[in-house]
Parts: sequence; C-alpha cells; structure tokens
Amino acid sequence: MGIEAYVGGGWLLTKAEQLINWGRSRSPWPLPYGTACCGIEMMCALAASYDMARFGAERPSFSPRQADVLIEAGTITKKMVPVLRTIYDQMAEPKWVFAMGACACSGGVFRTYSTHQGIDDVIPVDVYIPGCPPRPEGLLYALLKLMDKIKGEHPLRKKVVDALGASHGS
Amino acid sequence: MRWGLAMDLKERVERCLGSDALSITEYRGDITVEVPRRRIIMVLKKLREASDLEFDFLTDLFGVDNLDLYKKKKKKKGKEEEAEKEAQEPTPPRFEVNYLLQSLKSNERLRVKIQVPEDDLEVESATVLWKAADWPERECFDMFGIRFKGHYNLKRLLMWDEFPDHPLRKDYPLEGKGEERHFHVSEF
Repeated sequence: MGIEAYVGGGWLLTKAEQLINWGRSRSPWPLPYGTACCGIEMMCALAASYDMARFGAERPSFSPRQADVLIEAGTITKKMVPVLRTIYDQMAEPKWVFAMGACACSGGVFRTYSTHQGIDDVIPVDVYIPGCPPRPEGLLYALLKLMDKIKGEHPLRKKVVDALGASHGS
Repeated sequence: MRWGLAMDLKERVERCLGSDALSITEYRGDITVEVPRRRIIMVLKKLREASDLEFDFLTDLFGVDNLDLYKKKKKKKGKEEEAEKEAQEPTPPRFEVNYLLQSLKSNERLRVKIQVPEDDLEVESATVLWKAADWPERECFDMFGIRFKGHYNLKRLLMWDEFPDHPLRKDYPLEGKGEERHFHVSEF
C-alpha cells in the first residue's frame, strides 16, 4: 500500500532539489539543548501528548554530529557561550537553529552581568519562538515554519556557488 | 527541653564558647552567634566536638555585603549632631561570612557569623573541618572576593576564570561593567 494506489504504476517526475528538500523537511532531527524552563516545554513537545515525531522530528539526537535542528531552549550565560558555539560547529550540514523562548531570543528578563543577551550574535538563528516559556504548540508551529523554509532552499545551487567562491579564492 | 536535653540551645552554646561568643541573638527560634574572625576554626571545632552540641553538619556557608545597610542608616538620621557623632564612630566591617550548622543527632540548627573588614579580606578555610566547605567557599570568593586561607583550590566557581570583578558586591552594577567572555572559534 503505497503511492501506487493513487497514481498507478509508471513514472513520477520532479526536480532533484525538490526531492532533497522534501526529504530534509520531513526528517528534521532535533538536538535538544535545554538550559532552563523552556527545556521542560520542549520535553513536553517531544513526549506523547504533543508528539513532535508526527512532523518527522522522530529522534531527539543527543549527539550534535547526527542532528539537523539545534533547539536552543533556555538562558545562555556568558560562561556558556563558547560551549554553544562549539556544539553548533560540531553539527554537520545542513543545520538549522531554533531560538526558543525570550532568553534565547533576547536575554529575556535576565538583563544581568551573567546572561548573554540573545544567542543570534553567536550562532545564526532560523526561527525565533517568543514566549516565556512558549507552549509546546509554539515549538510545533516553529517546526512547521522551518519546513516551509527548507522547501524554499536551493541545496544544489548553494553547492555550485560555494565551489565557485572557493575557486576564485574569495 | 525539646530533644531531651537539659538546657536550651542558647545556654549550651554560651557555655561551650565562653568569651568567644561576642553576642548571641535569637530571632523566631533561630540562634545566631557572632564570634571573632581569627577564632572561627577553633569555634567551629568546639561546636562540633562538644558532647552536648555536636554540630557535625555544615549546611551552607555564604558571604554578606552590608554596604548599603550602613549607608542608609546614616542618611535616615536628620540631625547634624548625630550624623557627626556617627561619622566619628568606626564603621562596622563591610562583609560578613555566615556558617549554617546542623546537628544530625538532635536536629538543632545554629548560625555562626564573623565580620570581615574591607581592607583585610582573609578568613581561615573551613575545609580542614568539612569537605562540604569547598564549593561554598569558592562561591564566596567568586562573588565577594573574600579569600579563604588554606583552601586547596581557591578559584572561581560560577564566573569564568578571567572575570575581573566580584559581582555580588553591592557596588557592582546589576548589568555588569560590560565584561564579555572572549573566545576564538578556531580554538574549539
């Protein structure tokens, strides 16, 4: 019981980019990086009642090497900044980042000597999730937004541009 | 009387410490004893070893900065004469270190307090008596800059090593002085 039931036998035509994007957008494996109360909401979104696996975020990957989406859920202290950057650098391409909650987006209520005011000057952020903390629905909505974003990407074209850039020595 | 002991805690502490107890105060059933700074290890040892006290558990150890407390007192007094009098009096030491003790045998608690002046921020380390004093003393050093003599690993606990200040002091601004932890991506 597969796609044959709908279109019969034969051929399906598509673009390679669309096929790649389709695969990527439906298997964004998350790397849970919970540092505060947002982490609790993230656990709830991953668990049975909200079940993030419905959208292909099937397997929370606790190794950065095997993850696609870094869910940065919580406060980042200045002492933690190099650790966050290291973990991001260890992730294999393609990779995306959620800044979940007010603290990750902007430092939140913690305008203090110890708190980093927003993670987006350490690592590039794809989706900002407002809230303190956001409800699990917020995280699921962010995941759907990310799917839309992935569908608009050009994975092959990017490679060509990178190769050209490298050959020009820029 | 409560735990089957003949005297109440205040009297027993008083008898145990004698002249080392500068003051013993009771507030809502909690007893605080203030002792001389140089005698702190002797006092803690006495409290631990006395057979009718046996304070064998160090719950916590922390610093206090009283900077604003004394400033406010001076401002509140409107009369100039009194203000002058107060100015002549020596200001109380700025910092305190508090030790929270518990006796696991009788379930009694005691707070031991020492005062630390700003120009001599050195206290004997309690790690010789309790291993549990290790991290609290490091935190106290990190946040207030009080050095614990005899601590085997006195470095910052919460802030990073290169951090230049002591952030829990009252004259340190909440938002910091713009310290950032610098790092190079290539290092990692």
